[in-house]
Amino acid sequence: MSMQTLKEKKPESHNETSIRISGAEAIIHCLLAEDVNLIYGYPGGAIMPVYDELYKFQDKLQHVLTRHEQGATHAAQGFARVTGKVGVAIATSGPGATNLVTGLADAQIDSTPMICITGQVPRHLLGSDAFQETDIIGISTPVTKWNYQITKAAEIPEIMAKAFYIAKSGRPGPVLIDITKNAQFEEFDFSYSRCIGVRSYKPNPKPDTAKIESAAELINNAKRPYIVYGHGVILGKAENQLRTLVEKAGIPAAWTILGLSAMDTDHPLNVGMVGMHGNYGPNVLTNECDVLIAIGMRFDDRVTGNLDTYAKQAKVIHFEIDPAEIDKNVKADIAVLGNAQESLDLLLPLIKENKHEAWHNKFKKCYEEEYNAVIKDDLYPTKEGLTMGEVIEEINLASENKAVIVTDVGQHQMIACRYAKFKQTKSNITSGGLGTMGFALPAAIGAKMGAMDREVVAVIGDGGYQMTIQELATIFQNKTPVKIVVLNNGHLGMVRQWQELFFESRYASTVMTNPDFVKIAEGYRIEAKRVKERKDLKPTIQEMMASKEPFFLEVCVENEDNVFPMIPSGASVSDIRLK
Amino acid sequence: MEKKWFTISVYAENNVGLLNRISGIFLKRHINIESLNVSKSEIEQVSKFTIVINTTEDWTRKIVAQIEKQIEVIKAFYHTDEETIYQESALFKIASHLLFDEPQIQNIISESKSKIVTVSREYFVLAKTGRRHEIDEMHDNLEPYGIMQFVRSGRITVSKAEMPITTLINEFYQS
Repeated sequence: MSMQTLKEKKPESHNETSIRISGAEAIIHCLLAEDVNLIYGYPGGAIMPVYDELYKFQDKLQHVLTRHEQGATHAAQGFARVTGKVGVAIATSGPGATNLVTGLADAQIDSTPMICITGQVPRHLLGSDAFQETDIIGISTPVTKWNYQITKAAEIPEIMAKAFYIAKSGRPGPVLIDITKNAQFEEFDFSYSRCIGVRSYKPNPKPDTAKIESAAELINNAKRPYIVYGHGVILGKAENQLRTLVEKAGIPAAWTILGLSAMDTDHPLNVGMVGMHGNYGPNVLTNECDVLIAIGMRFDDRVTGNLDTYAKQAKVIHFEIDPAEIDKNVKADIAVLGNAQESLDLLLPLIKENKHEAWHNKFKKCYEEEYNAVIKDDLYPTKEGLTMGEVIEEINLASENKAVIVTDVGQHQMIACRYAKFKQTKSNITSGGLGTMGFALPAAIGAKMGAMDREVVAVIGDGGYQMTIQELATIFQNKTPVKIVVLNNGHLGMVRQWQELFFESRYASTVMTNPDFVKIAEGYRIEAKRVKERKDLKPTIQEMMASKEPFFLEVCVENEDNVFPMIPSGASVSDIRLK
Repeated sequence: MEKKWFTISVYAENNVGLLNRISGIFLKRHINIESLNVSKSEIEQVSKFTIVINTTEDWTRKIVAQIEKQIEVIKAFYHTDEETIYQESALFKIASHLLFDEPQIQNIISESKSKIVTVSREYFVLAKTGRRHEIDEMHDNLEPYGIMQFVRSGRITVSKAEMPITTLINEFYQS
């Protein structure tokens, strides 16, 4: 009987020549065959045979030693998000494997292609509570797109090929492959062919042309059409199609946090961010549009607020690759299943040129209102204390909107996603769905290694920074020239904001007594500066951006600033508060 | 929306760990699985999971979509009781002396249309196949006399409408 676990089609150019090698070496050959030349990880007992091969293959396959396995996953995610390729992280069994879980969950909810390889105790010890044994298949099942335990070397090529195919196809996601130590040692006849299809898995539904036609008709007849675009535009490489649609039909478009950078932020029809801390117009006008065109987004609760009062007046067109997202949160009048690029390519020829100036003016008017109430004071403050917004604005200016911005989670993240400017896609790297504090520093390492020709700026709060601060050692050891900006307000700012607004200012465990961050960075031999006054901000950010080395900058910002606008939890998008 | 009984039929590759992956989808939504059966299906090397839940149709539809999304799942369907033919099986282990001491037992056996599977000096075993309420009724009738052991299987179901798995599989190999 075939040992195939998933029935697949063999590619025509199947390479039948084989070499006799160990399972551990086979893993390296599989990675090389999938064009992987950079992985992140942390060694340990059950994965040592693979590390021994990594040592031998170091000229072909670079291994970056992070200082914690969680850092390896976020670095792999940062690499994947900036390149569009599969990120790879590797760890040992037991605690090494369990430390991957947060990164897997993050990659799962944010549709990031990643493969985690874990060592496992030898097959004969499975289930015996052996040293560093943990059921990582059981543990990782809810947070992986697919996972598999290899117990025989001969399974390695087939499973690795499927892992890559599954991680990157359709709606991408994380795959975990657990390999028992005996399978790493065993020798077998190795040959490799890429996976081109699995019979139980249909990653690319073909867009239904009848639905595309209905969608085009709705859009062409719409008086107040409105586009909300998400990560699916970037994953589906549909950035050009999105811009063409926006321009041809004259439709205002807003981004979700993960859709940001799919379209030039300075484009006149790119009207801002939706969601809890999004822009005023994009939120309130959701409830005034007549056709809501959702592209590659999943109506997360942080986007919709109260579903009972979300876009009830609008016809909803949902372009989405994952059938499980259709009608999950918002009922679509027309749901077009498929890759965003393919769907929009079919749609565009049917779209009539149009302008919706009066409708677009409503967004502009809302922007003015928001500018006067919020944005002006965020970006050009007149008070003494520094704001997070002005720091982002200085980064925009110093980088000419060309940097990759990697953010963590909290107030600084919302501010960055509101005010950071982008000219290029795949430039906003953040933990959206899971909201993983500690994401940014390691993700910035991966992003920089994936885009060495670009500036990568990690913007992090003082809370999240300390969750993965040990990755400064990875930056130092690899001389990775990332720019690290910690916006220090001495608090877990977003939780403090909620405590102020909804828990009568009872600041339970949100006040942080912080160490000297500059000294810590210097301890890792990273050039470090601290800015406390406005006059020093611009020159120091310019100095940081001009540096060719890793650079740490702490900006001491106002301690108790709040992020506005805000849709209180459970409220309607119409009830967004400007103060 | 009204809660109802739904039977979910999942056709999937026969892989280690898939049951865990599928049951996790119910766990995530805090839904209790009322009955579960895993068996081979009409197609070689394809397994069939038959899962019964009591919830709204909206949730059932969303759960089925999330099950279908799992890599090893070929296709999943859901049906109401009216749309299926379904049965459960039960075994009752009862002390043999009751056959002689309690004449009513023999009536219960014949009325329930159950079968005696085995008889020994100490006990005999009754097998009953039918709807849940029939098995429950038989259980209630036997209980006053003492049941040594009782077990009931998960629901097994065939749908009145077609579940075109073979077509789907053929499409894959032809595409």
